[in-house]
Amino acid sequence: MLQKPTRPAMLALRWLGVGAGPTALALAFLWAGGCFSPARVTQNRLMGELHNAGSYGHGFRRAHAKGVCVSGWFDASGDAAHLSQAAVFHEQHVPVIGRFALAVGQPYMPDSGTTVRSMALRFMPPDAQEWRTGMNDPPVLPLRDARDVSDFFASQQIDPATGKPSPARTKAFGLTHPWLKSAAEKNAHRFISSGFADDTFHSLDSFVLVAADGTKTAVRWTMIPMQPVKPGDGKTGDHDYLFRTLIGDIHERPLQWHLVMTLADAHDVINDPSQIWALNDQTIDAGTLTLNSIESEDGGPCTGITFDPLVLPPGIQPSDDPILQVRSAAYMRSFSLRSGEKRSPSAVTPNLIQTYESKKS
Amino acid sequence: MTRMASFPLLSRVLHWFMAVMILAMLFIGLFMASSVGPNYHRLVTLHRPLGIAILVLAILRLGNRLRSSIPPIPNDLPRLLRRAATASHILLYGLMIALPLVGWGMLSAGGFPIPLWGQSVLLPPILPHNPVLWSWLRFAHSILAFVLFGLVLAHIGAALFHGLIRRDGVLRTMV
Repeated sequence: MLQKPTRPAMLALRWLGVGAGPTALALAFLWAGGCFSPARVTQNRLMGELHNAGSYGHGFRRAHAKGVCVSGWFDASGDAAHLSQAAVFHEQHVPVIGRFALAVGQPYMPDSGTTVRSMALRFMPPDAQEWRTGMNDPPVLPLRDARDVSDFFASQQIDPATGKPSPARTKAFGLTHPWLKSAAEKNAHRFISSGFADDTFHSLDSFVLVAADGTKTAVRWTMIPMQPVKPGDGKTGDHDYLFRTLIGDIHERPLQWHLVMTLADAHDVINDPSQIWALNDQTIDAGTLTLNSIESEDGGPCTGITFDPLVLPPGIQPSDDPILQVRSAAYMRSFSLRSGEKRSPSAVTPNLIQTYESKKS
Repeated sequence: MTRMASFPLLSRVLHWFMAVMILAMLFIGLFMASSVGPNYHRLVTLHRPLGIAILVLAILRLGNRLRSSIPPIPNDLPRLLRRAATASHILLYGLMIALPLVGWGMLSAGGFPIPLWGQSVLLPPILPHNPVLWSWLRFAHSILAFVLFGLVLAHIGAALFHGLIRRDGVLRTMV
């Protein structure tokens, strides 16, 4: 192969051409990864903020770390069947795996009456797609989007001197996020029930039900206990008293909740979970949840999954509420981190549950 | 200079079609894994069918490659570079097939339903539910994606090296 000798300047230019293509792509790749966007809320950033806020890690969920597995079934009332084609609103005795937890990063934190409680459920109709949902007991979520979530986690950073979040930072978060004030106040003055069994749990985020004919309805849902509701007496029992009480309650009799759908009115804000909906919205009792069995997270069926709110069956779609995507992404990252770690025993051990079983028999 | 034989038309079409898909896939994957919204869900929803499409096309392409005669690597290329060319092409094929399989496998091991199209068309799990396996495969999926991206950069650099520096007709066989 013969070529005319090339002038050095031309050759340098050609080498520049060889380098330019890959370099431009590499820079674009770094941009996609967020290297040039320090303000972007990334999954790693949220995990880092949770860690700094005292999340324990070591194989546990990064948030809602202290929990217990439950199981039972769901019976549809049929009253929501015209709103959604999802099997769960049509069928009887749909198997359910669930998890009750406290919204703390520390799996060995002593139980406290004022800690946010959660109920997470996985509905598994035998011949249809599953549905997962995670609900909390405050009526609204005082966070509007990814930025609020990141700012809030950052404000909860543990002060090494006190071992607690600094009150100044918490106050500063409130002052710099005035749009969350009414939600925070609503939650601060919420009714607090005596335990898990008589608690009401809210979907917080909004979703869209899709009927067989394609009609869409924006909803939020609530699990309302059928057990008599007692107010929390403000006294804190022993280290795990909320979980002990739950174990005792579920051994006494199956616990039941009504799944109540709240249909959005024209004035209700769909894409902001910090906004409460009108109290006179139409509601529909979609069916009854029955939980009759409880197991420790150690080896329990709720440990090796996430309650990702975007695992939805045909008939339920996500709304444009940005928090849904934050939760989905963060749960997945937390799940991949914790699943690779060596896990220590849960605070609610199989032995603790065993003692109630032997009492019963 | 005698013009080298080009790759067959089907090979060239597959190459450029997949080049666009794979680059898009790498950028979508990295962007969604380092984001929590507002396009997170849309990108995850796109990532799965695109990955499966790449898997299917990569297998077809491998069959096509093994059946068709392809232009030889120039004889005057230093031995080390020739070996690098062969090895990088084998690795590219390997990763085009392995990455979608690892992605599919990791979601299976994580116990996730795997929607392929809309909410009703689901992929079956290809591995048992095993969170430790899920964690490992999730990690491997990232590492392999970075390796594939590095190989793509080297591939583009090598193509430009053939086209601009050596001017040996290799670049022209694929355009």
